[in-house]
Amino acid sequence: MFRYYLKLGTLSIRANPMLSALMVAAIAVGIGACMTIFTVRHVMSGNPIESKNDQLYHVQVDNWNPDDPYDEPDGAPVQVTYVDAKALFDAGRAFRQTTSFKTSRVVQPDGEDARPYQEDARATTADFFPMFEVPFLYGAAWDRSSDETQDHVVVLSRELNEKLYGGEDSVGRTLMLNDAAYRVSGVLDTWNPVPKYYDVNNNPFEAPAQLFLPFSLAIASGFDNNGNTSCWKPIEEGSGREGFLASECIWIQMWVELQNASAKQDYMDFLNAYVEEQKLLGRFPRPLNNHLRTPEEWMKYNEVVDEDVDVLLGLAILFLVVCLLNTIGLLLAKAMRRAKDTSLRRALGASRAELFKQHVIEAGMIGVAGGALGVVMTWFGLRGIENIFIEYEFIQHLVRMDWSMVALAVVLAIASALGAALYPTWRTCNITPASHLRLQ
Amino acid sequence: MEFGPIWRAMMRNKGGYLLIALQIAVTMAVMVNAFAIMQERSKKMSRPSGIDDANTFSLVSVSFNPELDAKTLVQEDLDLLRGLPGVANAVETNSFPLRQGGWSEGLHREPGVGKSVSSSAIYFVDEHGLDTFALNLVDGQNFAPDQVSWDSDSPDFWPATVIVTQALAEDLFPEHEGSYVGKTFWFNDENPANIVGVVERMQAPWPTWTGIERSMLVPLRRESEFARYVIRTEPGYRDELMVQAEELLSGSNKDRIIRGLGSAEEARKLSYLGDAAMIKILSFIILLLTAITGLGIVGLASFSVARRTRQIGIRRALGATKPAIVRYFMLENFLVSSVGVVTGGVLAIGLNIVMVQAFALTPLAWYVIPVAMIVLWLVGQVAVAGPARRASGISPAIATRST
Repeated sequence: MFRYYLKLGTLSIRANPMLSALMVAAIAVGIGACMTIFTVRHVMSGNPIESKNDQLYHVQVDNWNPDDPYDEPDGAPVQVTYVDAKALFDAGRAFRQTTSFKTSRVVQPDGEDARPYQEDARATTADFFPMFEVPFLYGAAWDRSSDETQDHVVVLSRELNEKLYGGEDSVGRTLMLNDAAYRVSGVLDTWNPVPKYYDVNNNPFEAPAQLFLPFSLAIASGFDNNGNTSCWKPIEEGSGREGFLASECIWIQMWVELQNASAKQDYMDFLNAYVEEQKLLGRFPRPLNNHLRTPEEWMKYNEVVDEDVDVLLGLAILFLVVCLLNTIGLLLAKAMRRAKDTSLRRALGASRAELFKQHVIEAGMIGVAGGALGVVMTWFGLRGIENIFIEYEFIQHLVRMDWSMVALAVVLAIASALGAALYPTWRTCNITPASHLRLQ
Repeated sequence: MEFGPIWRAMMRNKGGYLLIALQIAVTMAVMVNAFAIMQERSKKMSRPSGIDDANTFSLVSVSFNPELDAKTLVQEDLDLLRGLPGVANAVETNSFPLRQGGWSEGLHREPGVGKSVSSSAIYFVDEHGLDTFALNLVDGQNFAPDQVSWDSDSPDFWPATVIVTQALAEDLFPEHEGSYVGKTFWFNDENPANIVGVVERMQAPWPTWTGIERSMLVPLRRESEFARYVIRTEPGYRDELMVQAEELLSGSNKDRIIRGLGSAEEARKLSYLGDAAMIKILSFIILLLTAITGLGIVGLASFSVARRTRQIGIRRALGATKPAIVRYFMLENFLVSSVGVVTGGVLAIGLNIVMVQAFALTPLAWYVIPVAMIVLWLVGQVAVAGPARRASGISPAIATRST
């Protein structure tokens, strides 16, 4: 019977080509609108480090103005001071730990004519790479010992290695940055986490750094912080760089890797003990308010997904509702027009269940067509979004459709079409046998 | 009129008509709220920055030779830039309106680091700042050259004089009436700042900040390897001077790079990229939605005409004129649309309340609802016109045929 119903469905769709096209188009446009926005949202709310989500934690300690919380009503600061970053790092109480900040360096390529250029850099520690599972193409991260000895070592991104050395293995070569010589210790493979979860405070949707260098070196050489710096207490006048490092300004991001729940508890206890100890020294004037947040929690806390995306998603869903109401109306009209056939079939012995099957199969066919076309529409929708944001280079990473989105589009289309077919089908099944034969 | 018979005929097939009415209602709810958001965004985008956007550009010098003396370099650069024909004025500063990166500071009415009473964007400038940004000084005066200091020359970071925007002065001293010149506020325990001038407007670098109108000029120059120059040109010279200025500075010293060349207009565009995108996406949604609903009405009306071919023929045979048939379908659509737009008005307001609460949008303007109602009535009438005309073309002879 299934094949027979498929045939009937095809006939019925062909009998009203314009109307069927309108239904398919309405479903496709509705799915296209919804899936375009949903795909962008899906990418923006992704967690690139999901596999280690229960092991990585962003560290927050509340060292802020006693009269004015960092974030109303009682949010702790989103970064830490250099004093705390150093103390917590040196204590070495986590399995792995990293302190880092965003900076930049002027790259001076070899050769007389080569023009120097600035690249984004990240001052960080050796653990950064294994913690965040950063893939290496050549070489490796610097040794933990370089974190202490302030060695001039650097890890390059794949793109920068391409630009500087034509993509060859450059490990061990010397690179000049701001008139200082660095040894290349490793080259990353393509690594482009979206969102850039390790630093969501300074634009979560931008390319990761091109250069990675030791945190201790950056501090000792006085590299500028290119990310956010916030202070609640003035820096001591005339104290220069030393004064800034000793100040209560927050500008460093700290992450720790803790392998299980008890390690997490131990680390939390350690943090609390540290803060209590600092309170005795007159620091941390606010109530105890420390947090260890997983990458997922951290991205939620920082509201990484733009509110506009949610507004658009809401409107796109309503848009789909309109498209479905449209489809229901058209299916109903079609069903009513066929009332005579239906009542004849009922009179000839077709059961309600059989009629139901027939109509559901027909609606399913429209759903499949709408879904397929909807995937195409989504593709065009994403190209449209890309075009609108053309000035924002990173947009290409936010408008990528993966197979899960394609599958979701098709499933949503079929479910929508079947949902839309329910009321018209119910009306059809209620047509009494032979009732319409008497008419006219 | 024929309202009575039309209404009773419709009541016999409630489901179908209710569906169209509901579709019109949801269309209207989406339309109205999308339009309200578009209005809000376009208002936000049209706020003046206070500077001469059309003739201003900026570039950054980054020196990478630790031996290079920043003070000398900046002075040389400024002399070069100010000497370029077509340049109205130039200044070294940390940011400019809508650049999306800058310095903000909490301010106090009394010395202390307690809860700040206001906050402001900070622009570090010399005495050329006021003219370079082309600000409208409404009270007081510009900095005298001896009020401008280098951070490396004085143990006090904050200078004693500032020029503030009108909005900042009002926020700092809400009770005060009359001139703000001579009023004092505090950066922290030790640094009072005396207002010497008030400008009408100068926006902060952050487009989404609620305090965007609060900013101040601070007569301080900071010794750093980074130096951002803002240059204002005579009208019409900007684009050629952008190229010239970059070449001039790149060639003048090999121990630094010049980067970040861009006009204030480009920065403004980038700042409002998301808002402009919202407007484009929402207008596309409104257009598409209207088209879908319109086509749906066409489809259903065509169906209804086809189904009633015989009845229409009978009516024609009984003496109904062609315009009477057209009128029937137009009126029928008008009734359905009316139910739709009235329900739609209620839905639109409900959705708006939800959106205002969830996303902090501005509530919609009252007149959007009647305008949307009229638009949707018109869409319905246009959509039904075709099928109605076809209906009126049905021959009375159909009545005599049996099917």
